[in-house]
Amino acid sequence: MTFMERLKEAVESFGLPRLIITGFLILLLIAAPIVGADLPTQISNIINRFSWNGILVLAMVPMVHSGCGLNFGLPLGIISGLLGATISIEMGFTGGLSFVMAILIATPFALIFGGLYGWLLNKIKGGEMMIATYVGFSSVSLMCMMWLLLPYHSPNMVWGMAGKGLRTTISLEGYYLEVLSKFLQINIGNLSIPTGAILFFAVLAFGIWAFLHTKTGTAMTAVGSNPTFAKAAGINVDKIRLISVIMSTWLAAIGILVYEQGFGFIQLYMAPFYMALPAVSAILIGGASVNKATIMNVIIGTILFQGIVTMTPTVMNNMIHMDMSEVIRIIASNGMILYALTRKTEGSK
Amino acid sequence: MDEKNTPLLEMKNIKKDFFGNQVLTDINLTLKEGEVIGLVGENGAGKSTLMKILFGADVIRETGGYAGEIRINGEKADFRSPFDAIASGIGMVHQEFSLIPGFTATENILLNRESKKKNIISEIFSERMDTLDRPEMEQRAMEAIEKMGVKIESKMVISDMPVGHKQFTEIARELSKDQLKLLILDEPTAVLTEKEAEALLESIRGMAKRGIAVIFITHRLKEILSVCDRVAVMRDGCLIQNVPAKETDEVQITKWMVGRNVDVSAGAGKEEAKEKEEGEVILSIDRLWVDMPGETVRDVSLDVIKGEILGIGGLAGQGKLGIPNGIMGLYQAGGTVTFEGKEIPLNDPRKCLDSSFAFVSEDRRGVGLLLDESLEWNIAFPAMQIQNKFLKNYLGGLIKWRDEKAIQEVTQKYIGELAIKCTGSQQKARELSGGNQQKVCLAKAFALEPRLLFVSEPTRGIDVGAKALVLQALKQFNREKGVTVVMVSSELEELRATCDRIAIVSGGRIAQILPASTPSEEFGALMVSQVI
Repeated sequence: MTFMERLKEAVESFGLPRLIITGFLILLLIAAPIVGADLPTQISNIINRFSWNGILVLAMVPMVHSGCGLNFGLPLGIISGLLGATISIEMGFTGGLSFVMAILIATPFALIFGGLYGWLLNKIKGGEMMIATYVGFSSVSLMCMMWLLLPYHSPNMVWGMAGKGLRTTISLEGYYLEVLSKFLQINIGNLSIPTGAILFFAVLAFGIWAFLHTKTGTAMTAVGSNPTFAKAAGINVDKIRLISVIMSTWLAAIGILVYEQGFGFIQLYMAPFYMALPAVSAILIGGASVNKATIMNVIIGTILFQGIVTMTPTVMNNMIHMDMSEVIRIIASNGMILYALTRKTEGSK
Repeated sequence: MDEKNTPLLEMKNIKKDFFGNQVLTDINLTLKEGEVIGLVGENGAGKSTLMKILFGADVIRETGGYAGEIRINGEKADFRSPFDAIASGIGMVHQEFSLIPGFTATENILLNRESKKKNIISEIFSERMDTLDRPEMEQRAMEAIEKMGVKIESKMVISDMPVGHKQFTEIARELSKDQLKLLILDEPTAVLTEKEAEALLESIRGMAKRGIAVIFITHRLKEILSVCDRVAVMRDGCLIQNVPAKETDEVQITKWMVGRNVDVSAGAGKEEAKEKEEGEVILSIDRLWVDMPGETVRDVSLDVIKGEILGIGGLAGQGKLGIPNGIMGLYQAGGTVTFEGKEIPLNDPRKCLDSSFAFVSEDRRGVGLLLDESLEWNIAFPAMQIQNKFLKNYLGGLIKWRDEKAIQEVTQKYIGELAIKCTGSQQKARELSGGNQQKVCLAKAFALEPRLLFVSEPTRGIDVGAKALVLQALKQFNREKGVTVVMVSSELEELRATCDRIAIVSGGRIAQILPASTPSEEFGALMVSQVI
């Protein structure tokens, strides 16, 4: 084998888009100190954003495994999380307890919404991703009305003048702001590592990894790989798919709570709408495909995607004094989704 | 060369393989003007492939073309598409109708070849805007219909017609082409009533008189003998006989069709078979019907004896594949199935598997394998899911963890036993050859350690060497483990070499069950006995 062939094989196994994005990120990391951005701060930023977004990306995994495709219906899970968060605050919990309560309250919502969503997806096998997109759209729109109508009264959340209806952004100051990030936080100069949030992600990621090694998890992968095979082996395909959708929805609910504790605000109304695409593209950049995804895909993908998103504005701004970050983010995320949907090949490791 | 002696069609040394799998070997066939040739052979003998080559079907070119040459009127022909074939005067009537349901017979017959009149708009723009000359079209259609010698209503909409008339419309369409010299009829009588079939045969005779050559493919040997000048018999991709129809009869043709080029050891288990015939009934099927598209089972009652290998044979489309698929719950089924005295509920795959049935599907890639997963997964998966094998229990069985080591061990064991050619137990099933994939399917079923094993078309599309190994493995599994095997196959010789008894399915019913040592001809006759 010549060097070129070996190189070609290596590129193929790593995936060209992933290679380009990795290369771009490395370029940005090299350029950062040259244009005068502080590298440790930048790296802290990437790690922080990874800890916020990791679980939302992880939420993609169960549905990809069961063959339901990428979960464009992520907003549904996020809404469950938001309900948990707002109700927890409404009930007057504060500090770390408000976070635990938010998770506990969000869970039944996630189970019910996920169950209905899964039931719907079982009705329309083959067109999951399109239906999922519309489930996301419509649930966000419905909740836009509900946030105004539901009887919330906590003065920290409602509009000041009217005294009712939730505000678009709600500060988490005094509630669960950075409860995970501050836990065992490591600070070395400008470099800070949100240990708690990363640990929390690690626990959930391990949970999913372990689940995929159990009997039911194995069945889930088989259902995604070949539903007819699974049926012939006595698997209740619809049930397994339902489980995967519920898991995805619940992870999305937890994911948004973790995101909020890092970000510092609850964002309502149209905000959940914009959460699905970055998560989808992150897992695809990580090397997953429409029907294969691993935990490694989640980790690599989140780091790469969030790396690009955080690094481009600083580096670009310092270089050309113009904010290109949004443009690049949109090109990277939508381009990645487009690329993945056009080729349903197997994912890389 | 004298004009008169040039044959209309000459096929010389036609060869074709699909991905290294030889399906046609050195076919030589000539056809004179006005000659009718009957082409017979078992399913998979290569008839359709040969006709596809002649008709320039895309699938042939896409799979690497063919070797040999085709001459039409002495000129070398190289059809790049069916359009070229049509242009040189070849017409084909397929098994499936290609008609537009909402159009009348006339419109279908003359589709895209309508008679047209000029009008002002078409003078200005293009001839695509011409108006149709309805009366002339009607006349042309009627001419074509008359050529067949049957009466069908030219103004009737296709969707209102009985099947027979649809078939005639298709044939009329071919006949209305002025350049038509050679007509290929692929099982045209399959859907016709006896009377209609007779009318069709009459029209074939009429065509021949007008100088049109006909290639007539059918399973009904009587029709061949009554209408054809010559009979060509194909088997395993070879043209083994090409004789005048007058010099042969049904029995002889059947004999040629089923052939005996495989070394048969059917006689060997004769005594044993006798003994088993009186053995205990392990599975009893009573009035089973299965709604499997293309393989409908109408009314099957059958007893399987403990420890035997029961073969189920028959022509394609007669329902033999429906039997195992129906019992295993993959298609809607009804009737009663009793296993070891207990009734097995139908339409529930899980119940069958729990009763220790196993099924090796004929659809290897669709049902049989997880193509994108490793061999380990493929082999261990059903056993893990159904029987909780290869699992480690933690927390008192709350967590059932995949036991990778046990899975690897069992996979290695079967890779060794069945001589599966692979780079290792982690290789993806997709990357294996057809024969090795089939072995993986068998291993999957063996790992379930079933008491009753259904095997459907175990040797379809695999090479000779792998065939022998697969059949050997089945026999061994039956003899050593005492597992009852029901094997469905369209290859009679294979059934005769492997099974104790063979049930022949015809028209969705069991025609008869005979010991495997019965001569092939008898089986052949049974196969066509109740064809619908």
